[in-house]
Amino acid sequence: MAITSPETYWWKPADKEEKLWITIAIVWCLILFTMMPLWHIVGGQNPSVEPLKIRPKDYEKISDAFIEKYKIGEESGIPVVKPPDGADVYLRGQMWNWMPILELKKGVNYKFHISSIDLMHGFSLQPLVMNFQIVPGHDNILNITPTSSGTFHIICNEFCGINHHTMVGKIVVKD
Amino acid sequence: MAANALEFRTCPITGKKVYATAQNLIWANAVTAVVFILVGGLAALLVLLTRWPAVHLLSPDLFYRILTLHPIAALVAWIIFFEVAGLYFGCTVLLNSRIAAPKVAWLAYFLMLVGAALVAVEILIGNADVMFTSYIPLQASPLYYLGVILFAVGALVACGIFFGTLAIAKAEKTYEGSLPLVTFGLSAAAIIAVWTLASGAIIYIPTFLWSLGVIKNIDAAMYRLIFWGFGHASQQINVTAMVSVWYLLGVLTVGLKPVNEKVCRSAFVLYIFFINLASEHHLLTDPTLSPAHKIANTSYFIYMAALASMIHALAIPMAVEVAQRKKGYTKGIFEWLTKAPWGEPGFPALVFSLFIFGFIGGITGIVNGTEQLSIKSHNTWAMTGHFHGTVVGGTTLAFMGLTYYLIPLVFRREIIGKKWATAQPYIYGIGLIIFTLSMIAAGTLGVPRRHWDITFADSIIPFSFDPTAILLVTLTALGGLTAIVGGAIYVGVAVLSVFFGRKLAPNEAKLI
Ligand code: HEM
Ligand SMILES: [Cu+2]
Ligand SMILES: [Cu+2]
Repeated sequence: MAITSPETYWWKPADKEEKLWITIAIVWCLILFTMMPLWHIVGGQNPSVEPLKIRPKDYEKISDAFIEKYKIGEESGIPVVKPPDGADVYLRGQMWNWMPILELKKGVNYKFHISSIDLMHGFSLQPLVMNFQIVPGHDNILNITPTSSGTFHIICNEFCGINHHTMVGKIVVKD
Repeated sequence: MAANALEFRTCPITGKKVYATAQNLIWANAVTAVVFILVGGLAALLVLLTRWPAVHLLSPDLFYRILTLHPIAALVAWIIFFEVAGLYFGCTVLLNSRIAAPKVAWLAYFLMLVGAALVAVEILIGNADVMFTSYIPLQASPLYYLGVILFAVGALVACGIFFGTLAIAKAEKTYEGSLPLVTFGLSAAAIIAVWTLASGAIIYIPTFLWSLGVIKNIDAAMYRLIFWGFGHASQQINVTAMVSVWYLLGVLTVGLKPVNEKVCRSAFVLYIFFINLASEHHLLTDPTLSPAHKIANTSYFIYMAALASMIHALAIPMAVEVAQRKKGYTKGIFEWLTKAPWGEPGFPALVFSLFIFGFIGGITGIVNGTEQLSIKSHNTWAMTGHFHGTVVGGTTLAFMGLTYYLIPLVFRREIIGKKWATAQPYIYGIGLIIFTLSMIAAGTLGVPRRHWDITFADSIIPFSFDPTAILLVTLTALGGLTAIVGGAIYVGVAVLSVFFGRKLAPNEAKLI
């Protein structure tokens, strides 16, 4: 029994059934193992591939400049920004909103720099459900090409203080 | 407590020697574990009723506070106190041995108790609204971190007692040949625990100093990396201990004998070598690690550990079948299963635990742990559903099933409410299946974890989820309530039996 010591020589070959199962399991593991790097290359979507550190103060300056340069209006007190095609886009998580509201063009590639100037935030794009961890001091760089037009929302799914659940941002994609 | 170190009785069921000092320590750790699952369960009820939009019970500050308490009480205190009880059981009773340094073992117990109580109190009085992950730059009071450190040191000392007892048993030749499989598995869990608790110290000590102002700056991403080196690895203690308990439940219910000791033991060794390394799957969407690093860490190594689970997933049902067939249940393909002891709590607990762990927790774990699919599930309820499959449906349910046998076997009390005990794994298991599956489904529609209001009523920019998502949250609540009823039955039966159950006579070989 499993609660008593086994007989003296227990290093015995496995049964046929066990060997078969273990072989199947190993093959399955190998398939999964090759899928991961393979999908990184052939798949269209990957998390950030360029880790970069940036001090929250510096990031705030750059993102303020970005907002000022391309601002086209304001909505509920939050600036609306329309960056030119192919521009570097700065999206800032802060307690408790995503700054600014972005207006993008369908089919155009943007280089997103998402970071935080205070706590961690969770970038969660709805309704596509794509999620990234946003860490102060680190720039989450993502190359994004919107493939459909419409209004998208960003909710926060990392706890960031008492009003965490009110943190909603917006991206509008136009044709 | 003051038992003579050499006083023992002989168990009328297993014929093993049970030393009074060891028995008292197992008792104290197991009873404390049950107290903490009661706290964790009450917290679960409050959190669940708040997340259910139709009820929305707590205010935001209380919600985030109780949401910090729930995993501390359930995941940390309940599970680890129970594991310490299990480790002591595995190294003393199963090996006929006395326990090494009982005074030090009591010290370990009190360190853990003081630590856990300190953490719980700090949370409840509002000094640590930081979630159990306490991600920097969120800051809790120094006492909170100190509590965690005391608890971890206590648990580390308990592992030392376990290894010390193994050495004593070997030296005093209390058993012949190799360790029994269950003790071997528990040893694997203890080895993983030592590594885990060490990285726990590496991250909590500087964080403690940071909360005191001694250290000025800790990088938030670095904290996450090391926290999960500790946090994820500690889940592997739970997996390994749970698998050991599966074998133990197999013995207690059908007299399981491993079909091939080599296969089972090798699988445990795979856990030791590979399972810790997968901890970076928590960081797949972080801007910290290079893709090569992530892929190596979370694909190559984790699959070797998944292989180990696959091996146990065959070895256990296979050994159950062999044991049942030996008893004469040989008709057709499935008589061994239909004639299994479904009417006593240990067997359904084993089956539900295996099923929920493998098919819900395990599969979603492998899925969520891939680089791209993590983008879909990171920080959503799909994650929360996944780990309620592993650590609740798997580990907690297995430990609950074992409790009904430890009470007569080690504490020599008859179970009060055997029918309730038998129904409990079914209620808890079915509740959890509904709870976890609905939670995962809600998560795939974007429902976030750790969120007070998914209707976003107070947001400047309005947003609302698809009604299907809200429906799934409601289903989650109903499944969760069912599971909580099961949890309440467990606590009721365990507490009543331990304190008021009829004392069994010394030669009474009654199990359940
Ligand atoms: C029937 C019992 C249980 C129910 C109904 C339940 C329910 C919940 C709910 C509703 C949440 C909050 C999700 C959120 O707001 O994101 C949660 C979180 C959690 N639960 Fe449970 N739970 C139960 C048992 C347990 C047990 C036994 C454990 C550990 C062994 C556990 C570990 C956790 C953890 C680690 C979290 C994550 C907290 C966080 O995101 O910070 N739960 N649970
Ligand atoms: Cu946030
Ligand atoms: Cu947040």
